[in-house]
Amino acid sequence: MKSALLLKEVNKAKEVLPESVIRYIEDCASRKNPNSHLISVLHKVQDHFGYLAKEHMDAVSILMQIPSAKVTGVASFYHFFNFAPRGKHRVSLCMGTACFVKGAGKVLDKLKDHLGIDVGQTTEDRLFSIDVARCVGACALAPVMIVDEKVYAGVKPDQVAKILTEYGFEPRKAKK
Amino acid sequence: MPKLTIDGCPVEVPEGTSILKAARTIGVAIPTLCQMENVHAIGACRVCVVEVEGARSLAASCVMPVAEGMKIHTQTQRVREARKAVVELLLSEHDGDCQVCDRNDDCELQALANKLNVKIVPYPGVRTSGGIDDSTPGLVRDSGKCIKCRRCVSVCGQVQEVGALFPQFRGFKTVIGPAFGADLDKVACVQCGQCAAVCPVGAITEKSNIEEVWAALDDKSKTVVVQVAPAVRASLGECFGMAPGTLVTGKMVAALRRLKFDAVFDTNFTADLTIIEEGHELLHRLTTAVKDKGEVALPQFTSCSPGWIRYMEYFYPEMLPYLSTCKSPQQMFGALAKTYWAAKVGKKAEDIFVVSVMPCHAKKSESGRPEMTDSGVRDVDVALTTRELGRMIKQAGIDFERMPEESMDSLMGASTGAADIFANTGGVMEAALRTVWEVVTGRELPFLNLHVPPLMGLEGIKHAEVTIAGAVPAWSFLEGVTVKVAVASGLGNARKLVEKIKSGEASYHFVEIMTCPGGCIGGGGQPRTTTNEIRQKRLEAIYREDEGKKLRKSHENPEVAQIYAEFLGVPLGEKSHHLLHTEYAARARV
Repeated sequence: MKSALLLKEVNKAKEVLPESVIRYIEDCASRKNPNSHLISVLHKVQDHFGYLAKEHMDAVSILMQIPSAKVTGVASFYHFFNFAPRGKHRVSLCMGTACFVKGAGKVLDKLKDHLGIDVGQTTEDRLFSIDVARCVGACALAPVMIVDEKVYAGVKPDQVAKILTEYGFEPRKAKK
Repeated sequence: MPKLTIDGCPVEVPEGTSILKAARTIGVAIPTLCQMENVHAIGACRVCVVEVEGARSLAASCVMPVAEGMKIHTQTQRVREARKAVVELLLSEHDGDCQVCDRNDDCELQALANKLNVKIVPYPGVRTSGGIDDSTPGLVRDSGKCIKCRRCVSVCGQVQEVGALFPQFRGFKTVIGPAFGADLDKVACVQCGQCAAVCPVGAITEKSNIEEVWAALDDKSKTVVVQVAPAVRASLGECFGMAPGTLVTGKMVAALRRLKFDAVFDTNFTADLTIIEEGHELLHRLTTAVKDKGEVALPQFTSCSPGWIRYMEYFYPEMLPYLSTCKSPQQMFGALAKTYWAAKVGKKAEDIFVVSVMPCHAKKSESGRPEMTDSGVRDVDVALTTRELGRMIKQAGIDFERMPEESMDSLMGASTGAADIFANTGGVMEAALRTVWEVVTGRELPFLNLHVPPLMGLEGIKHAEVTIAGAVPAWSFLEGVTVKVAVASGLGNARKLVEKIKSGEASYHFVEIMTCPGGCIGGGGQPRTTTNEIRQKRLEAIYREDEGKKLRKSHENPEVAQIYAEFLGVPLGEKSHHLLHTEYAARARV
């Protein structure tokens, strides 16, 4: 016995999320403590879309029967989740102690300057976004910059532009 | 049972007892801030720290269980300094404005700072970012004052199972609120106000309507009438330092007259009327089910509690046909004051201003529902909480304790004991049984003192059964039928009960739901802070009020008989349908 309104909400939610996530949520529902799978559901949603939008989290809330305040509360607690679309290429700069001492701050300034965006933001052409990491465990290579999966070691500020051009960076175009 | 010492005193308490509770048994009151008896102990605020010999760091006594041989010290210099530092740090972030804060007289943080001898706040720095959310009719959230104790999160999520509030973001940026930083009016908040009832500071409070009431009282063109809910008479005294459970009905009436209300009426009057209407509605549904073997929505759910109504609209819209169509007593009163009483005193509906005093935030929201205008104008103009009335009485300089005992005005002021017990969980059900039983059998409800013991007390979910014997001819088809009833208070308990009914695990004819734990005596608008001990005292006071009355069954109320004779005609009649009944609508949650 479900009201027309609830069915409408559920159907709307199902239209928002990919089939694989819906099946995963249904699978979780049959397990013990279905709510405890919220984080892994959010991971899957972010894997699919690259970020978590309000409508994605609303859909998770409806399908998992978890209050939306809790869904966004959990998502906003963890730095891993982001709420805006990320760039095609994700540039991560390590700001751990070793990298910082070796000048990562200056590399970051240069990076922000070239791309015209701040940490956590994405360029208008959706090509790049900047994240900072706290120690990636490669202190011997400090300062470390990671683009997508590729690690760049001992990065100097004046090398940043050259690295970015490998990924389609055109100095004038990328500015916000 | 583990044996230990606290401040040198030997203590023996059951395994699993917290140090905090163990200390209380020997008269040591460890200060707390985030902890809530029977609801949550999460060790978040660290005010309750104690020293445990052999442990490296101080322990939060609310979450640390006792263990054999523990040596605990609650008042060493280290403990004193730590507690003080915790409060100093809280104050350094707290955007307090104590002098003009709603909680100026009863703030737990302020009291704690005083108790712990905090004299300066040695940590200057950034304060919690503010942001006022006054989007809803009943509540105001002021995030700058929030100390993140999470009491509201627990009460909203676990006790009420609404889940409108949750910590968003992390660390210093944490904000307790709805999803996406939205205002409360954008989410499924039922306005029960239990968050405001448990908030230790001024971060969640009622939206005050006091100024509107003063303005109406000053307006010579308005006839201002007031109605008072049953639960208020057992708690208002607490606003003036009287002991919980002191009945103040007479003094309250006198104080309301001194405030210059033109008529002081009783929501009890329409509570009695509700029993007549809702009782007949139940009998009508039973007739359809038992005699005519027709399809009808049973159980019938009570509809007095507006938080519960919104809860159904949000979470169980498919169950709306099961709700009684009766308006709540507050709204019945408003509709009748501006029609029936207005005609009696020769006034127009628009010249009458109806104020209600309720133990409740949801009543503010209910009075503003667009359909609650059956008199032609808004039926209830303003709903105040018990706390707001207390404040008005203080503001007017009325010495409450010295007020004489006065009685309610007539025409909408008479009431029976059955109406008083609307304040208690189980009370509406008991009141309904007193009348319905007598209608069906012609005899008095066969329980000692008219009470139904299984429906009394603070338990969250209660049940009772009565088998009808000796039905009068008109109701002979109910002979031998076992009427099953259930009662729940607190929306989490309501949800459990509704799920059982939906799954077929349990079946009932009539179900009473009250939004707040313990019923209206534990309402969100009652004097703070409501503990189970205080709920119990108010509950007992209400039963005393009931037992002290000559008339204890709603159908014996002479003014109710009069209004049917002169105005309404018959229960469930056309006038009733128009003025006393309503309908509900499903609401989207997001």
